Amino acid sequence: MKTFYWLVKREFWETKGGFFWAPIVTGIVFLVLNGMALIVGEVFGRRGGDHWQGFRIGGQGLHADLAPDQVAQIGAGIDIMFYAVASIILCVTAIVVFFYALGSLYDDRRDRSILFWKSLPISDTSTVLSKLASALFVAPAIAVVVGVLVALGMAVIIAIAAALHGVGLWALLMASHPIRVVLNLILLIPLYALWALPTVGWLMLCSAWARSKPFLWAVVLPIAAGVLVSWFDMLGVPGLSSGWFWPNVVLRLFGGLMPGSWLMLGEPSSLAGLDHHDPAALLDGMNLAFHYSTLANPTLWIGVIAGVAMVAGAIWFRRWRDDS
Amino acid sequence: MTAVVTATGLTKRYKSSLALDGASFQIGPGRIVGLIGPNGAGKTTALKAILGLTTFDGHLDVLGLDPRKERDKLMEQVCFIADVAVLPRWLKVRDAVDFVANTHPRFDRAKCDAFLARTKLQPEQKVKQLSKGMIVQLHLALVMSIDAKLLILDEPTLGLDILYRKQFYQTLLEDYFDEEKTILVTTHQVEEIEHILTDLMFIRDGKIVLDTDMDSLGERFSEVLVGAELASAARELKPLDERQVFGKSIFLFDNVSRPQLEQLGEVRRPSIGDLFVATMKGTYA
Repeated sequence: MKTFYWLVKREFWETKGGFFWAPIVTGIVFLVLNGMALIVGEVFGRRGGDHWQGFRIGGQGLHADLAPDQVAQIGAGIDIMFYAVASIILCVTAIVVFFYALGSLYDDRRDRSILFWKSLPISDTSTVLSKLASALFVAPAIAVVVGVLVALGMAVIIAIAAALHGVGLWALLMASHPIRVVLNLILLIPLYALWALPTVGWLMLCSAWARSKPFLWAVVLPIAAGVLVSWFDMLGVPGLSSGWFWPNVVLRLFGGLMPGSWLMLGEPSSLAGLDHHDPAALLDGMNLAFHYSTLANPTLWIGVIAGVAMVAGAIWFRRWRDDS
Repeated sequence: MTAVVTATGLTKRYKSSLALDGASFQIGPGRIVGLIGPNGAGKTTALKAILGLTTFDGHLDVLGLDPRKERDKLMEQVCFIADVAVLPRWLKVRDAVDFVANTHPRFDRAKCDAFLARTKLQPEQKVKQLSKGMIVQLHLALVMSIDAKLLILDEPTLGLDILYRKQFYQTLLEDYFDEEKTILVTTHQVEEIEHILTDLMFIRDGKIVLDTDMDSLGERFSEVLVGAELASAARELKPLDERQVFGKSIFLFDNVSRPQLEQLGEVRRPSIGDLFVATMKGTYA
């Protein structure tokens, strides 16, 4: 266990730039841009005179006397903002993790530092699993925390702007639930990990197997397969469906890291039944139970099984690939 | 005493070539063995087999373990430095020590800190900021702080200046080596390790062509400086090699009795380098 902890720590040392600084820098850029946009809005709003409608959050205009249910809607609107901002950060991390997984078992073979790591009494299984854990748990956890901090920063900026209009937004911020948002996002990480397992497994398998250019293999192979299937499909070969193959194989192999991409499951997508005009109801509809209902879908579990097999393949190649 | 490494019929075939061709050898404890061979003779493949980094045919026993099956356990007792600059460039000196200290059960941190205190290495430096010589100092400090039974060095001083090279072997001898430990080293800079070796193995085309300890090497091989008038007599004794220096010939003999040779001229012990050149004649032809 101690060894595993240090292995994960080693991954963090190596990828601090991607796992830690990339979300933070993105967050800062995001806040600065939004701050600038708000100032532009203020300036034009003042010039525009009477057309200024004021802020609207959660479908509610901000004014002095709000009914309690309106306050609740505004709170829900701010919560959605939290989720949205965190999603942006999670998307950045998803891209970082994509390239991290692709390089995880390849880079040290290329620069031969694998010879140093292999001189230590650490099994290849622990090594590969520590990289897997970094990709599926450590990186998303950092992104969630950074994302919510950025969202809080965003809330402060909005509150300052609202205060300029004599609206006391602080009271309204109290109607939001940042801690619940963090908790929900953290609790979603296990689902995210299960869903992204085939993608990360595939990338790591390519990383452990490729003698060069793992990116090309990881991306070109599934796409080429997809094109072939589509081609045969067009020719009318029975038993092949490109409409099934692309989303269920090609996209799962390298799109599974996109946060919330399990929501695209099902036909029509499970998002369709939600009311987009009522923030509070929308939030209620997208609670943890809603997300975790994905577990009932065999597609997820087939992906998990494929992912486990590919990780096992990555371990095997890590042990026996002999080219350094 | 039980051998540290026993190889019997060690064979490794790559797609197009035979890297190891039934090599057999034995390495005892407390020895410093030089494994010397031309480029592509199979040195590195042999070391990789011992370290469990590659598959092979034949039988190989390292400290009672099969490196193919029990690599993780084996690496607690075996250390290796493969070439310079295999330490990852992003690693900090401090983190390297921390990591090994927490993952290697036989690592002695105090020892490592003492070794590092003798160098100019700073804890916050990253490997990419270090010179080649300093990287080796770091790697050597890490490895020497591990109480292992077998140390494997594959061209450990390649590309280092002479100060670092001398210091490397001196440190190994003074602060690391004892009768409990075994060192197996490959290098092209034969003359630098000549005086520290206890045993010598030549490898050529995947086969061990010479396997001897340094004492019997002196008894078996002799070099004789012969004047022109006795040169033909010397040739009749079937020398391994002949070369000309200042109008005289230097002959290298294998297993010819010393009194017989002393009649021809001045007899001395050949250097490993000369012996190597004579043994490997025609390798690249």
